[in-house]
This record gives sequence, structure tokens and C-alpha cells, in this order.
Amino acid sequence: MSPTSIFAPVSTPASTIFGLSMFVLVVTGAIFVVVFSLLAYASIKFRRKPEDHDCEPAQVYGSTQVELAWTVIPVLIVVVLFLASARVIASIQNAVAPPKAIAVTVIGHQYWWEYRYPDLKVVTANELHVPVSDPAHPTPTFLTLLSADTDHSFWVPRLAGKTDLIPNHPNRTWIEPRETGLFLGQCSQYCGVQHAKMLLRVYVQTRAEFDQWIQQQAKPAAETGAVFEGRRVFESTACINCHTIAGTVANGRFGPDLTHLMSRDTIASGAVANTRENLRRWIRDPSDFKPGCLMPAMGLGDAQLDSLTDYMETLR
Amino acid sequence: MSTGSIAWDAAAPERTPLVEILHGWVTTVDHKRLGIMYVGYALLLLMAGGVEAMIMRIQLIRPLNHFVSPEVFNRMFTMHGTTMIFFVVMPMLFGFANYLVPLMIGARDMAFPRLNAFSFWMTAFGGLFLYSSFIGGDGLYGAGNAPDVGWFAYAPLTSQTFSPGHSTDFWTLSLLVSGVGSIGTAINIFATIICMRCPVMTLGKMPLLAWMNLVMAGLVILAISPLTAAQVMLMVDRYLGGHFFDTQAGGSAVMWMHFFWVFGHPEVYVLVLPAFGFASEIIPVFSRKAIFGYPVMVAATVAIGFISMSVWAHHMFTVGMTSNANTFFVLSTMAIAVPTGIKIFNWLGTMWGGKIQFNTPMLFCVAFLFQFLMAGLTGIMQGAAPFDWQLTASYFVIAHFHYVIVGGILFTIFAAFYYWFPKVTGRMYNERVGKLHFWIFVIGFHLTFTVMHIPGILGMPRRIYTYEPGRGWDTWNLIITAGAFIQAVGILIFLGNLAWSYFRGALAGNDPWDAWTLEWSTASPPPAYNFAVIPEVRSRRPLWDLKHPEDPDWKYE
Repeated sequence: MSPTSIFAPVSTPASTIFGLSMFVLVVTGAIFVVVFSLLAYASIKFRRKPEDHDCEPAQVYGSTQVELAWTVIPVLIVVVLFLASARVIASIQNAVAPPKAIAVTVIGHQYWWEYRYPDLKVVTANELHVPVSDPAHPTPTFLTLLSADTDHSFWVPRLAGKTDLIPNHPNRTWIEPRETGLFLGQCSQYCGVQHAKMLLRVYVQTRAEFDQWIQQQAKPAAETGAVFEGRRVFESTACINCHTIAGTVANGRFGPDLTHLMSRDTIASGAVANTRENLRRWIRDPSDFKPGCLMPAMGLGDAQLDSLTDYMETLR
Repeated sequence: MSTGSIAWDAAAPERTPLVEILHGWVTTVDHKRLGIMYVGYALLLLMAGGVEAMIMRIQLIRPLNHFVSPEVFNRMFTMHGTTMIFFVVMPMLFGFANYLVPLMIGARDMAFPRLNAFSFWMTAFGGLFLYSSFIGGDGLYGAGNAPDVGWFAYAPLTSQTFSPGHSTDFWTLSLLVSGVGSIGTAINIFATIICMRCPVMTLGKMPLLAWMNLVMAGLVILAISPLTAAQVMLMVDRYLGGHFFDTQAGGSAVMWMHFFWVFGHPEVYVLVLPAFGFASEIIPVFSRKAIFGYPVMVAATVAIGFISMSVWAHHMFTVGMTSNANTFFVLSTMAIAVPTGIKIFNWLGTMWGGKIQFNTPMLFCVAFLFQFLMAGLTGIMQGAAPFDWQLTASYFVIAHFHYVIVGGILFTIFAAFYYWFPKVTGRMYNERVGKLHFWIFVIGFHLTFTVMHIPGILGMPRRIYTYEPGRGWDTWNLIITAGAFIQAVGILIFLGNLAWSYFRGALAGNDPWDAWTLEWSTASPPPAYNFAVIPEVRSRRPLWDLKHPEDPDWKYE
């Protein structure tokens, strides 16, 4: 079973779409069976037989009744499919956010995702956390979609259809997951060299877990004297121009916020697991995992790499 | 292709020196020679586009493969799409139109022979220029560059910021240049059909192929113009400080999408209408019946022409248009299914009650009917905007449009090759090898493109150079790649058959298919002047009337 099947919806827009999809599939499937059978029948039944003489078959030039029938019936089918689609379009696109909805601003960057929770004062990257929605007290998540550079598209098939992130053109989408769990997806509008490794991970949590996660993310970075050397390396190289670590001088916005890096399961926008080994290899040369990604190799020595990785590992 | 078969060369008393033969081809304004050059050129670039497709399929054969780098993969899909649309299918269809339209309407040449030559060379140079980007795309200091912005080149990826160097300029300029050629050819085809028909051939007595090329030519004029305008605007952005699509300075990325798709969707019909034309000529001849419902076929063609100008934004259901705009484009998109469905039913009606001979051209046409039915129905699925929010930009959409372009258009192009090969060369192709080509290609096609719907449904986006295991995509991609290799074998068999038959095929005679349109009334290959006496026609099937004086068509039309 694929974790990204569009036919296994767990969230409102995706399941509404799934309902329409099944309807359209049944209608088009029926048309397919009927026309396929007619074509197959004609190809077999009317093939030239050896006993046929050279004489030509009866010449028929057309038939108004038959042609009228196969014009009117498709028109009726089209009207039905159109009305069914129009209803679903309106129900999804014109949905109003309920007061308890979670608001998240999603900013697409070349090959990673920035998530900002404006009401909850939390900024994170690449792994989106949202609460599960209880049908009695719905808490959907409404996403404002922006882009910092090129076009991207937000697609987590089991939660919702795609919506593009286009610079100068804010978009909106929403999800209302009914099950907890991890849901995968990825950027689906070609955005440059590493479009393939701009992966999406959405963690749907119980309300209590989500609140706890928010609390923890809202704190500034952990302070430990033991990793002073690693922090010095971080703050004295170009790292701080692109990355933010709350509570330090690092306030760059070009790359992901690292304040709570170790609370994430993956690095490099979902490309590899967040282990010490991968983290060190990533810092040494990001193009090992993602050739063409925009983070440069800083040319650090082994000792510097070790202490920097030590420092990163404290950012919980 | 060589020139030996053209009548005036064959009649020459001594062997003409090669340089003179070449000079003859380069300077020719004969619609038949230009048609052959278009087709030969398209076959050449079909090889290039095919190699690019194979490189992508090898890269995707298993997860996390390292056959090519992401940069190379991105160039491959950009070049594959651009090549196949602009430099294979379009020139191929223009070539057939050039060759066939004057012959079928009883004319001695196109309306503007020199414009015809000019247009061919513009198209040819456009393609050569595009391919020269492999050596010069980054300013000539390092080979191996080519456009990598995707064949629809969405802004702002094409701006100087995100595409430094010149690879994007090669893409832009090659489409500008070949676009001029396409518009020239379209004007020529349009004028030829309107002004050059033989006496008494009213529009209503024209072969359907001519009708469909007439509508195609109109669409080219309407659709290529906005594309050309957009390319000029992009050049202004890149070099003259314009901000049309420069989002960092307030430009609009969405405007590029509108410009591109207002070209891009009519373009689909530009490609498919001539293919419908082939089917509308070949199916009746091999069913031994007149086309069913000629007036309705014409009306459906014209309707497709009009409606196709109002469906473009169904490529943009996910870009955040209002719900009203999305709803409108659902309606217009689904509306176009009606005239298209009518065509399929009319071809079915033509076969019904016939005595169908399954020669290679007919095999390809029948497969086209089945496959185009499927392509149309997956098109309806994507026309339902919410369903499209899931399907678009996934492998499902790749499967859908390859069903249209390969399963629909390429299959009828193969049918046309086999059907008109005896007319163009004077020799029959090898029927057994033709059937072998058909079956191998059908198997390869379905392994690749029928299976390709599935990873799309399982969430695999297009244009990714690699994917991780565990998504349920691995096996499907393996099968798809296997199918691609089988198709490649089919293409080689096809080319082999053409080459062998050109030299060794049995002599065909004027009318090997016992067909009914005017091109079969002249010699194979036709003389430079096409018809010694300009024919007069009284019905849609002049040769039927000639062969059946007791039961002529004009009594019933």
C-alpha cells in the first residue's frame, strides 16, 4: 500500500475529492465499457472474410437519428459531470475557516518548506505539525501559501489536492485530518534542480500532543556550555546569514530555522533521517545528499565539523 | 530520403551528381519535396527525443538510481517535451499536410511555394538552434548544457536570477524562429485549401483530411501568436530590464501561464486534428465504406476548433483561480468531449457493416480508436477540477497526454506512413514487418503508458529525477521502463521497414488500396506537376464515381 495514494483519503478535502473521483470513474468506466465493446464487436464482426467476394458492402452515408442520439446522450452526461464538479469546487474553495482553525503560513523555498504559525508564534521547517480534527469540534488547518522564489506546489495526496505556491500570488488551501499519523507528499510543481527532494511530511497529532509540541517549539534554543566551540564555529562562519537559531545572533531567513533542529525526524527537507552521521555529512557537503541544493559546503575541518555537529545535537 | 524516386530525376538520362541533387533539395519549392523534408527532419528529431526519453526511463528504473545527475535529468525532460511537440509532431504533420493537401484537392502546388520553403527552413533552423544549446548553452565554455526549465518554462524559473547563462535563451529563440515557420506554413495551408481546390470541389466535397488541416491551420495562426508574443516578452525581461514575468519586481508568474496555455491547449488540437484527418481517410478505405456522417464530422471539427480556444486554464486548476473561473473551465473542457465523442462514434459507424481489411494502416487506426477513447476519458477525469487537483502534475497526467500524443497521434502517423508510402515512393512496404512493428509497438505502448497511470494515482509527481523506496512506485517504474525499450525496438523495425521497402519493395502502382481520393489518380510517385489535367470532381469520392459509374456518390450527396 502506497503511503501517498490519492484513493486513501483521511482528511476532508481529500475525501470529498475522492467521492467525486469515484463518481467520475464510474461514469467514464461505463462509457469505456460500452464504447470499447462496440469497437471490439465491429472490428471482429465486420472483418473481411475469405468467402467475401470482391463486391463492396452497402454504402451508408449517415443517419440523422443515430447521430442525434450520440450527440444528445454525451451532452447529458457532460451536464451531470459538470454539476457534480461545480458542487465540489464550491465546497472546497469557498470553505470558511471556523474560529478554532489553526492558521499556518507555508513558504516554499528552493527545495525546502518554511512553516510559520502566526497566532502561536512558532516557526519551523519541513515537518508540519497539525492537530487531528474531531468532527464534533472541528479544528481544520488553513494554509496560506507563499513562495520566496520560484513556483512550488503543496501536495499531500491523503490530505488534500494540490495548490501551487506562486511568488506575488498568495494562495490558500486547507486540511482537516480525521486520523493521527505521518502523511507524506512532495513538491509537485517543477521548481529547479532539486525539485525531486523537496519532500513534505505532515504530522497529525492529538490535540494534547500538538499543544505540547507548540509549547516546546516556542521556547528559545537550549543553552549548554559544553558545546561552546561548536556554537563559536556556527556564529563565526556564514551559517548565520541563512539560518536562524532563536536566542543567538543567527537570524538568517534564507535557510530553515534551526532552533529546534533535533525535534525533527529528517533533514534536507525529508531527504535523509536526522542522525548524527547524516547531519555531519550534510554539513560537510550538502551535495552528497542533494546535488544542486543551495546550501554551500563550508570547507570545515574534521574537528570543526565534530564540534558543530555536537552543537546542532543540543538544539532540541 | 533520397531523390531517386522523384519523376524528373528518374527520367534524367545520366546519374545526376550528388551536389546537384542536394542543390535541388535545398532550393526546392515543390510541396512534395518539402513535405518529404519535413517528415525526414521530424524522424531525425524523433530519434533525439526518443534517446532523451530513454535516458529518463533508465534513471527512473529503480529508486535512488544514479544513472544521470539531476541537472542532466532536468535537461532531458525539457528537451524531450520541446523536441517532441515543436520539432517532431508538428513538422511531421506539416510534412504530411504539405504533401497530401494539394494532391487531395487537385492542385499543382501550395498557394505560396516560396513561403513554403521559407517556413520549412525556419522550422529546421529552429530545431538545429535548440540542439546547439548542448554545446553553447552556457556561453560556449563547457559542453553539456541545454534548457532545463521544463517545456512550459514557468516563470520565474526562466528569469536571469534562476536561469543564468544562455540555455533558456536557446529555448526561447528556437521557439520564436520555428514559430515564424509554423505561422507561415499555417497561412499557406489555409490559403491553399481556400483558393486552390480543383473545379467544382466545393468545401462540402473536400476530403475530411483537408477540412481538418484547414481548422488546424486556423488554430496555428491563433495559438502560435500569443506564444511568440510571450517569448518576446521573456526576452525583454531577460535582457532589456522588463518585468512582465519578473516576480521579484512585481511581475506576474500567472500571466506567463495564461500566455503559455492559451497557446498550449489549442496546440493539442493542432496536433490531433491532422491525426483525425488520417483516420478519416484510412478507416473508410479499409472498411470499404464511405465515411459515416460527413457533415457532422465537419461540424464537429469546426466545433473543436472554436471550443479549444476556451479551455486553456484547465492546465491551471491548481494555481489559485477563483472558484467561478475554475467552474467555467470545467464546463468548457467537458464540452469539448462532445464533438470529440461524435468523431469516435462516426468512425465506429464507418466500420459498422463494412468489410474491414486489417492491413497495417488499419491496424494502427483501430488501435488509435481504442487508445483515443481511453485518452478522452482520462481527459474527462482531469476536466473535473477537484479530481484534477489530485491528478495534475503527477504521472497520471503524463500517462494521459502520452495516450493522446503517442496512442492517438503517433499511431495515426504510423498508419499514414504505411498508407501513403506507396504513393510517395512508388513501392509497397513489407506487410509482415509492418504488422510486427504494430504488435511490438502496441505491447510496448501499453506496458509504458497504461501502467503509467498507476504511479500517478499513488502520488508520484512528474519531473522528479529520483524517488525514495517505500512509496509503492518501484515495480511500476520498472515495467514502464521495460515498455519504453520495447517501443524503441518497434521504432527501429519501422525505420528498417521504410528503408528496406524504399529500395526493395514491390512496385505499388497508382492505386494499391483501391482508394477514392484524388492523390490515387496520379502516378506513384506523383510527377512534379501532380496532375497532367486538372481533375474535376462531382462528389467526395471522385475515384469511387469513376470505378462505380452505375452507383456514383453524387447521386446521394
